[in-house]
Amino acid sequence: MGIVITSYIAAAVLFILALGGLSNQESARRGNLFGMLGMAVALAATVLGVVTANHAVLIGALVIGGAIGLVAARRVQMTQMPELVAILHSLVGLAAVLVGFANFLGHSAEFTSDAAKTIHDIETYLGILIGAVTLSGSVIAFGKLSGSIGGKPLTLPARHWLNLIVLLLVVWFGRSFVIESAAGDGLLPLIIMTGLALLFGVHMVMAIGGADMPVVVSMLNSYSGWAASATGFMLNNDLLIVTGALVGSSGAILSYIMCQAMNRKFLSVIAGGFGTGDGAAPAATPGASQGETVSVDAVETAALLAEAKDVVIVPGYGMAVAQAQHVVFEITKLLRDRGVKVRFAIHPVAGRMPGHMNVLLAEAKVPYDIVFEMDEINEDFPDVDVSIVIGANDIVNPSAEDEPNSPIAGMPVLQVWKGKTTIVLKRGMATGYAGVENPLFFRENTRMLFGDAKKSLDAVLKALREV
Amino acid sequence: MKIGVPREIHDGEMRVATTPEVATQLQKLGFAVSIESGAGAGSNFDDEAYRRAGATVVADTRALWADSDIILKVRPPAHHPQLNADETTLLREGQVLISFLWPAQRPDLLDRLAKAGVTTLAMDSVPRISRAQKMDALSSMANIGGYRAVIEAAQHFGRFFTGQITAAGRIPPAKVLVIGAGVAGLAAIGAARSLGAIVRAFDTRPEVKEQVESMDGEFLMLDFKEEGGGVGGYAKTMSPEFIKAEMALFATQAKDVDIIITTALIPGKPAPKLITAEMVASMKAGSVIVDLAAEQGGNCELTVPGQVVKREGVTIIGYTDLPSRLAAQSSQLYATNLRHLLTDMCPKKDGQLVVDFADEVVRGATVVKGHEITWPPPPPKLSAVPAVKPAAAPAPAAHGGAAKKSDSATSMIVASVIAGAALLGIGATAPPEFIQHFTVFVLAVFIGYMVVWNVKPALHTPLMSVTNAISSIIIIGGLMQISSSQPVVMWVAGLTVLLTSINIAGGFAVTQRMLEMFRK
Repeated sequence: MGIVITSYIAAAVLFILALGGLSNQESARRGNLFGMLGMAVALAATVLGVVTANHAVLIGALVIGGAIGLVAARRVQMTQMPELVAILHSLVGLAAVLVGFANFLGHSAEFTSDAAKTIHDIETYLGILIGAVTLSGSVIAFGKLSGSIGGKPLTLPARHWLNLIVLLLVVWFGRSFVIESAAGDGLLPLIIMTGLALLFGVHMVMAIGGADMPVVVSMLNSYSGWAASATGFMLNNDLLIVTGALVGSSGAILSYIMCQAMNRKFLSVIAGGFGTGDGAAPAATPGASQGETVSVDAVETAALLAEAKDVVIVPGYGMAVAQAQHVVFEITKLLRDRGVKVRFAIHPVAGRMPGHMNVLLAEAKVPYDIVFEMDEINEDFPDVDVSIVIGANDIVNPSAEDEPNSPIAGMPVLQVWKGKTTIVLKRGMATGYAGVENPLFFRENTRMLFGDAKKSLDAVLKALREV
Repeated sequence: MKIGVPREIHDGEMRVATTPEVATQLQKLGFAVSIESGAGAGSNFDDEAYRRAGATVVADTRALWADSDIILKVRPPAHHPQLNADETTLLREGQVLISFLWPAQRPDLLDRLAKAGVTTLAMDSVPRISRAQKMDALSSMANIGGYRAVIEAAQHFGRFFTGQITAAGRIPPAKVLVIGAGVAGLAAIGAARSLGAIVRAFDTRPEVKEQVESMDGEFLMLDFKEEGGGVGGYAKTMSPEFIKAEMALFATQAKDVDIIITTALIPGKPAPKLITAEMVASMKAGSVIVDLAAEQGGNCELTVPGQVVKREGVTIIGYTDLPSRLAAQSSQLYATNLRHLLTDMCPKKDGQLVVDFADEVVRGATVVKGHEITWPPPPPKLSAVPAVKPAAAPAPAAHGGAAKKSDSATSMIVASVIAGAALLGIGATAPPEFIQHFTVFVLAVFIGYMVVWNVKPALHTPLMSVTNAISSIIIIGGLMQISSSQPVVMWVAGLTVLLTSINIAGGFAVTQRMLEMFRK
């Protein structure tokens, strides 16, 4: 048993190194290898030291599961990463639920005292609760991200009260579970609670709008960690506790960063309803007519780019939807070969999950040393000749800074309008997630290039080659 | 409809109202384009180029005027020397004429056009609103004029613009004063700066200071409070006190600078006299004045419109045809302005022109509609430059920030109190084994907190997928139960192992795949 414990310590250290490795791109791959190694050590120790029977089932499950995972990892499009991550979270949630039930049904542990038994029951209960919320929440998030469930938030009447009632019910059933469990029973309250938790997870994510998906994904990431941690308490396993805590705090930090980037309180994101224009109907923009937009065509865009010295590209989720990242890179390469300084500016909430844009650009072979975070590049915009905004809206909205009444007031944004010229690629004049008019489009130095981003950029590339 | 572009007949006019490139684009709008033979010669576009662009080249002037539905010109109609007839007599009822017209100066011309029933759009009357910038021919011509003014000045100025230190001694940079920082003035500032001169600029509208500075010019401030911005982004006449102060400034500057470029115009009025004969006399010998307002009488008292004269050793350039001296460029811009206007007036792209008075731009430009004189138009609604900007925003914002701060401080205290109480509660009731695990848990949360803050935002997606993979460590739960003798527990545990191994393999593999894509 001692060897198993020391292996767990090694695994925990390796997991910490894995996360530490992600602090920059050079060490990240090594970090991932540490993670794999840690997992291998933990698995080997457990299989050799703990498993005593049913090896066939074990090996079958490992092989089938591993194969499914590998195939999924190979096949997934980088634009679908948020969906993949969401569905993988749901598996962790489901596993937590299953382990909880199996543990409860197995009655394996002996307890020294009643208090220990009670605590154990509470741990089981919590593990299943968090697992179930993670499970159903992630499934709904997956549905929303993949588009099979509409992105609009579902706002039931009195939804906060509903949530409160569910919470009270969960506490009440928890109490009856502990009491009944002491008498050797308690399966029924456990099952009812699981049902309630599943419903709660569905309701919670359904109520959250498309703009808040990055927060939801990272929040579910956090939950999957807490579920693992609770399971660890239940099983008296420190490795589970440590790993769960690492993952849980990681997800929590990501959620916090996302909320900061949108200037929103975490609680109000979870309470849901953003992105409907809920309450804050496009805050009667002063001087209702905002003026006229100036549209350009691909040839004029190419001419602007050909004359620029300093170009910044601001990608948004629209770029991913149009699958335009590869042609963006072709344009970047062409301009860089001609001596133009090209950089990318990434807003923390661009895309559907934290860091999504970086991955898409990396996939398109954009070197990461020309990809900058908002804080790194925002001061440089006054010197930029041309900024190209591709399929982004709220993250470049000047009213976040200029209009105290705007629903997105105070949200940090990329100040593209301070550059000499901004070209905005957009399908039409629709507003972004936040449902807020974007005065950027009406600025004098803004040019609109309407149409599908990929097609427009293909045309720009072609025109650029001819210049 | 048929567009006809006659040759310009004004003496020395080299421009033409359409270029081969624009002719192609006009055909895309559904128009047929005819051009008088030799019309583009002055701008270096030969007839063949127009033919290649799909335009018909017509040799007979009268036939061209008679056959066209829309006539595009640069200069207003005037007496045609070869035909010995006024161009207005070539027009017929129902035709549309688009050209520069200067309706304020030419009421007689408006009368004749109205009598003939020719709908007329004056390019110089296009209102100055943001949307109409692309049709603003005055601005595009002024831009060229400003640039050319500097070139003309350089031609007559016997010295370098840029300063140099050479083996033969130091060459001081030329000092240029630009009066009036409109489009022409700004173009002149830019051109003079890029030749290396020291450029100063003056304008009665203080809001153009930034624009001057953005062109790398020095803005001369007058210590005098008066707003010079008039309707539509143009300047207006100033008070006598202001003018006095301004003249004193020019008098001191005149002694210092080598080149003065004046561009001061007030719409519908003769150009203000800003440079007096005494100022000219006080300038260094060899200095140059370029008077861009020569056509409206000139900003300098000694300007002779259309000519270069030398007074008191100072060359005074009064050319009125500066845009025409860069004819190919001017024609291209002017033709594009016309095309934008026609695009607006032909919304269906079917070659049919619609004179829609609901469109502010068309309303402003139209000076004659049918038999009716529609000039002057009602005043434009918006000035291009907002007069007064409200400066109230920062105060409430700062207030909100303070409130938020105290909010977060309160919630900090509340949170610490709750956390403390919870810890006390746990410590009082929980068995030692739990406390042990709890210690590990709390420490692990802190390690996670420290480590994850160091993760680059660019790597947040790999972070999520790798944390997802390692959170599948929950597989250990399954492994601990899989050896159970109860079949239910065994199968549930088997399912757990299956699910989590999907996660482990998938999470690590996709992370690796992503990380391999990040490259310098």
